[in-house]
Amino acid sequence: MSEIDPGAVALEAADQISEPDATPEVGRRRLRKEDAKLVTGQTQWTDNIQFAGMLHMAVLRSPMAHAKVTRVDVSPALQQPGVIAAYSGRDFADEQGSLPCAWPVTPDMKLPAHPPLAVDEVRYVGDAVAVVVARDRYAAADALESIEVDYEPLPAVVDMEAALADNAPLVHSDLGTNRCFTWPFTGGDDYDAVKAKADVVVTRRFVQQRLIPTAMEPRAVVVAPLPASGEFTVYSATQIPHVLKLMLAMVTAIPEQKLRVIAPDVGGGFGSKLNVYAEEVLTLLIARRLGRPIKWTESRSEGYQATIHGRDQIQDIEVAATKDGTLLGLKVELLADMGAYLQLVTPGVPLLGAFMFNAIYKMQAYSFTCHGVFTTKTPTDAYRGAGRPEATFAIERIMDELAVELGMDPMEVRRKNWITHDEFPFTTVAGLTYDSGNYEAATARAMELFGYDALRAEQAKRRESNDPVQLGIGISTFTEMCGLAPSRVLGSLSYGAGGWEAASIRMLPTGKVEVVTGSSPHGQGHVTAWSQIAADALGVPFEDVEVIHGDTRSSPMGMDTYGSRSLVVGGVAVHKACEKVIDKAKRVAAHLLEASEGDLDFNAGRFTVKGSPDAALSIQEVALATFAAHNLPEGIEPSLNSDFVMDPENFSFPHGTHLCAVEVDTETGFTTIRSYVCVDDIGKVINPTIVEGQVHGGLAQGIAQALYEEAVYDADGNLTTGSLVDYYVPTAADLPRFTTDRTETPATTNPLGVKGVGEAGTIASTPAVVNAVVDALRPFGVNDVAMPCSPQRVWQAIRSAANEGSAR
Amino acid sequence: MTRIRATVDGVVYDDDVEPRLLLVHYLRDRLGRTGTPVGCDTSNCGACTVHLDGKAVKSCSVLAVQADGHEVTTIQGLASDGQWHPLQKAFHERHALQCGYCTPGMIMAAADLLRDNPNPDEDAIREGIEGNLCRCTGYQHIVDAIQQASGEMSGVTAR
Repeated sequence: MSEIDPGAVALEAADQISEPDATPEVGRRRLRKEDAKLVTGQTQWTDNIQFAGMLHMAVLRSPMAHAKVTRVDVSPALQQPGVIAAYSGRDFADEQGSLPCAWPVTPDMKLPAHPPLAVDEVRYVGDAVAVVVARDRYAAADALESIEVDYEPLPAVVDMEAALADNAPLVHSDLGTNRCFTWPFTGGDDYDAVKAKADVVVTRRFVQQRLIPTAMEPRAVVVAPLPASGEFTVYSATQIPHVLKLMLAMVTAIPEQKLRVIAPDVGGGFGSKLNVYAEEVLTLLIARRLGRPIKWTESRSEGYQATIHGRDQIQDIEVAATKDGTLLGLKVELLADMGAYLQLVTPGVPLLGAFMFNAIYKMQAYSFTCHGVFTTKTPTDAYRGAGRPEATFAIERIMDELAVELGMDPMEVRRKNWITHDEFPFTTVAGLTYDSGNYEAATARAMELFGYDALRAEQAKRRESNDPVQLGIGISTFTEMCGLAPSRVLGSLSYGAGGWEAASIRMLPTGKVEVVTGSSPHGQGHVTAWSQIAADALGVPFEDVEVIHGDTRSSPMGMDTYGSRSLVVGGVAVHKACEKVIDKAKRVAAHLLEASEGDLDFNAGRFTVKGSPDAALSIQEVALATFAAHNLPEGIEPSLNSDFVMDPENFSFPHGTHLCAVEVDTETGFTTIRSYVCVDDIGKVINPTIVEGQVHGGLAQGIAQALYEEAVYDADGNLTTGSLVDYYVPTAADLPRFTTDRTETPATTNPLGVKGVGEAGTIASTPAVVNAVVDALRPFGVNDVAMPCSPQRVWQAIRSAANEGSAR
Repeated sequence: MTRIRATVDGVVYDDDVEPRLLLVHYLRDRLGRTGTPVGCDTSNCGACTVHLDGKAVKSCSVLAVQADGHEVTTIQGLASDGQWHPLQKAFHERHALQCGYCTPGMIMAAADLLRDNPNPDEDAIREGIEGNLCRCTGYQHIVDAIQQASGEMSGVTAR
């Protein structure tokens, strides 16, 4: 480490440069720079932030799923100790606007008004009705209880199919329908014509249960106003400070240049903080009205109602194949639950899956239709994987069902149909061009680590001996599209923005480096990974790089972090911005070395003149000379700083083979994961340790969907899993030790060869686990178990299959 | 209001508190010891775990008045003589944290676990931290870190 004494200033700095380490940083298991503050409690979570005179907001929420609000009287709250103000929706009706949806997926999509505070009607349990602002959080919470609200109940709309029936009660009576949109899509030949040629047609209905993202840090927002200038600083536990700034300006009509949004340390997101929420608007409006700083922090149970949910689809899927197992076509009909309103990208989530049902398989015809449906439930939106886990689950489940139908090994059916490594680049039936991949290599490695054949032999034995504990083997050979996204593609899908990402490099006079990124990390380790990328590209020590993010003043351009996009778009932007620095520095170096630019080489931080090994300048020396600006070439500005905005040319397509072995106790229905092996191919890797962490966490969330988690509503629209007591997030004792490995097929569409890893584990693992559970139960005639595969569900599946069997 | 005297991370505080004030809010809002976060409202997640007289407690489930006359140690008081606790070091070295929100509670719970059982096997570790939820790591690296720290603390080479 070369720590600079603050007293030793610029002009001496060039003497202090340590020799650069020759080992490339990219690919190295660097420990994270982020950790020191996190393991010592020096973190700045949004809820830590305090300002003089700060007030606390608390939100009164609807206890009814659907009702007219006939009267709200906040005046009793004003009599409570410590209360400064209280407001109902009517108090903000003229200025609160409507929360934004940035993805009108069809021209005729129904877009309901979404007031941050309900004015006349509430449409889900948790819809905000009134707020109290008080001197501390306890006083605010106390005063909520004194607010009087009269509700006139309206019918709840909980079930998607019932919502689409004729004469169903309407979530939004002004829209005249509960159908938000219908989005049809076809690829290749006509599906029905292809189906007519098939020997086998397999049809299944799968239900993607509703999930609650449960980032460990609840949402929080603090708004600090400066009334004299009309400026506002918004601190929010958000994944998207840049998008949030723009959206808050549009919703509130506060001029964009008067808003500064900061995402301080953010404790996880998984999509739940990829949004613009009512409380962000309300704290801003109240800070403007009162001229005082306002804080709101959700409680976990409050967040379970007020923060978006994920998944919640009914999938009707059909595959047509020949009797040798060759896939001919695929048809998918989806119902996707929007919930009561459209949040930022709610309607677009199932569309991200539309291109992924065909997965890694070749086929002639693909037909897809998605219906978005309003219900009186918490809005859904992106949750880790967003559309792609749902699609991957359905195709990987039905590939197993097809194998059973044909009497083939499930891996054999996949192998018969997947794109072989020599066929890349390959344009799929859904129209995407997969740039690279090697499904054979990842599968071979996974089968070897897993001991596939030995496990099949053990399974046969247990079946034969009627062992009460049966063994099941589940496969998932997945791919995904990530690195969101080429702007022109987003445009063609009617998304409201581009998919680029920005980076800036600031070369400091001492040769140290500030990397400014538009990505906004909340656990992913960008500070460490971006340091590695910049260190290699600039030839500076890893320790000399600082990464600045999450503040729209210091990193003014960004599209933020979601969709496994940070490295593939934002990390590549850092690399490209570094290249621009070197281009500029080369001109200065050539001038100082009295050589022509063409005669200069740049390697490991040094400019050398071809053929004259002694004539050399380090990047740090060039940085200092540029800062001094005493002797620069004609027409060169005295700065090496560079910006790059990366708009990707394509999505990236990570893939992998996941294998899961479960033991299912057929007497109790209890499932235990015995082994889990995954071999992922995410292209080139910046930091293998960080990648392993991402994969492990993704697996945990995917397994959680398969076995543990479900958000349940009763018929009246009450969320009965409304806290961590009832919504089961798996603990360390529930999860197995994972065996992870990688193959490496570089992406050809970006200079780093990277593909993204944030969602891979989640996308792949759910079908691997459920396929394993169903595989264990095949001897009982079971061909599906609804998620989560709880002991009760497994036991019931066995019982009902037995009953059906005896009835036949 | 009730008068309490509590020692928090080695400093003695005298304060008047409402009897209902949760220890975690006393630490965070009154003392500014914000290293201990709040992750839930049902005592399931364990993010707020601190030590009360050396034993792990969820500070959302303890009243500030219950800390009267007692000693509280938070993640901010765990390092000694400027040296990280072996668990802090191991969590860093084994990449046992991502967003870091569960980390303070996870480390404090693990410290208590290792005091009760200095050499836990993997199952004992997994069961021992059952009361602390992590959404980022899938727990594997947390288990590895606790094993490493247990080795270091008992003078055995890390596994």
